[in-house]
Amino acid sequence: MIFLRRQVPLFITLIMGLVFAAQYYVPHPASEQLLTVATKWLQIIGGFALVLGVTSLFHLHAVKIRRKETGWGYSIVLYAGLLGTIAVGLMANGKESSAEGAATAFGWVYNFMMVPLQGTMFAILAFFIASAAYRSFRARSREAAVLLIAAVIVMMGRVPLGEFLIPLSGDVSQWILNVLNASVRRAILIGVSLGAVALSLKIIFGVERSYLGGGKE
Amino acid sequence: MDIRSAGVLTILFSIIVYLISASVTEARGALTAPLHLQVFDTPNDGGGSLTALWAAAPSDGPEVRYEVLLAEGPSVADYSTMKVVAEFPADKRLVKDTRLPWWTRNGEQKDHLFVIRSGKGVDVKDGVTYSVAVATVKGDTRTFSSVVQATPYPNWFNWNEVNNLLLALLFGGLVFYTISQAKRREVFLRRIPGLDAVDEAIGRSTELGKPILYLTGAHDMGDPSTIAAAVILGRVAKRTAAYETELMVPHRDPITMAVCQEITKQAYLEAGKPDLFKEDSNFFITSDQFSYTAAVDGIMLRKKPAANFFMGAYFAESLLLTETGASTGAIQIAGTDSDHQLPFFVTTCDYTLIGEELYAASAYLSREPIQIGTLRGQDIGKAVLLTVIGVGTLLATVGLVFDMEWPQLFLDFFKDVK
Repeated sequence: MIFLRRQVPLFITLIMGLVFAAQYYVPHPASEQLLTVATKWLQIIGGFALVLGVTSLFHLHAVKIRRKETGWGYSIVLYAGLLGTIAVGLMANGKESSAEGAATAFGWVYNFMMVPLQGTMFAILAFFIASAAYRSFRARSREAAVLLIAAVIVMMGRVPLGEFLIPLSGDVSQWILNVLNASVRRAILIGVSLGAVALSLKIIFGVERSYLGGGKE
Repeated sequence: MDIRSAGVLTILFSIIVYLISASVTEARGALTAPLHLQVFDTPNDGGGSLTALWAAAPSDGPEVRYEVLLAEGPSVADYSTMKVVAEFPADKRLVKDTRLPWWTRNGEQKDHLFVIRSGKGVDVKDGVTYSVAVATVKGDTRTFSSVVQATPYPNWFNWNEVNNLLLALLFGGLVFYTISQAKRREVFLRRIPGLDAVDEAIGRSTELGKPILYLTGAHDMGDPSTIAAAVILGRVAKRTAAYETELMVPHRDPITMAVCQEITKQAYLEAGKPDLFKEDSNFFITSDQFSYTAAVDGIMLRKKPAANFFMGAYFAESLLLTETGASTGAIQIAGTDSDHQLPFFVTTCDYTLIGEELYAASAYLSREPIQIGTLRGQDIGKAVLLTVIGVGTLLATVGLVFDMEWPQLFLDFFKDVK
């Protein structure tokens, strides 16, 4: 069993890792075709894996309802939403609008429930940014004071009124973004890239195996 | 010499000067046909394109234009049967504009180069021979080059990327060398407060009797940051098993969920607490960004976990998650390589692993020589890059301040090799 659980996945990882690393250097259409086929396979596997996910979701909420855990009512809402959407989706043949252009029940669920709910979540971000900014910009330390000053300058430089009130803020904010901010971001990106390459090499050559489930054999 | 002979000489000299200047003016103004035209399959590509290369002419300028003509087949009866596939000013489309590295560059920097690809009304097929000509146009005057034949075909290796391959091999070799070194002798590791706080966070959850929430990010297992998050989960799960603290890992991707289930199970086994492992500690919510965020926010508000871990890649949901977590009073540790989300994590979390620290976390937590050796390799790689950046900056400054051309040679070399 250990052979199937360890050696075989490691061997597949090594071969596929080397093949697809080499694929980057081969511009021939055969290489592109290989990548396309692999991507399609990934999508197919992902589709099947969704069954695992949905099963997990159903199981988790069924247990919550059965045990009447705190907030079990939300689990009923989840079941109703999930099964209801599947039902209207099947009735509408997976289409959001009919041949005449009118929205189907499935389209209605998407347009008048899903989209507004997503929009609401995204809109909350504005308030969260304000509260997070308030907490961070309280100049309790030297670093927070620097952050506050930089933020005020950048904010003034990015709006017409700010630039009108403090004419220099536009150039200074541009300098902060183009020089200080860009250089720090690039430094982070260099570190991230080296880290990602090192991790990929460790995975391809089987040095890092904990993602297979556990550490040493 | 008398005055008369001096006068004759002056007149003769004036005539010679006039004739020379007139011939130079004529040479500049005369329209010459494109010279030394070469047409060949575009190297290092997937096929379907030809490259035309010809020498710069004295008449080149914005008022003169070049036309590239193409016809299918090895011979053409007349230029009028050829299709004009491109037209551009004669001071554009130079070899130096192509940004190809010196080892694959064809022609002189000032030569003209045009790549003919399939496009509007043009279909360049592999294995078919094409005839190509270039015309110089000024007003109504047109002069043509000779017709050259070439056949496009796909290539099996992209030599433009050979620098990338060499650097990757070099870096890979360096990482494996440092791993072997780390196995032999101890390597110093700088302390990272965010990782020291992992134990503190788990301990706090245990004391309060509250669960730990661990998120693996928005990407699937194909992303290195998700793999790093899954590896760290293994270490965290081992400690939660030892402390007998509840662990909750909501997922956005079913495959990541399956992998993390295995990792968690193994961690509980290694901690000697297999009976405490719960299959549904890793659970799937949805792949949709904001639905997932709403569900996790709900878990935070209802279950009030004492510690929240945000590892992996994040997008707009980062602040929605961390701000909600902060409002519940949980100790929060984030680790991400999504540089655009870092400000949100830094402002709302107690500790943040910035960029590469996410990849380094596994080494810090496990203290295994293999992992530590990798970190050493990364550090040497960074030192090399920093040196090149420093030398490049110095050379560029020297070149600019002292108006010298030789630093540019080194800078071009760095640019090509990068």
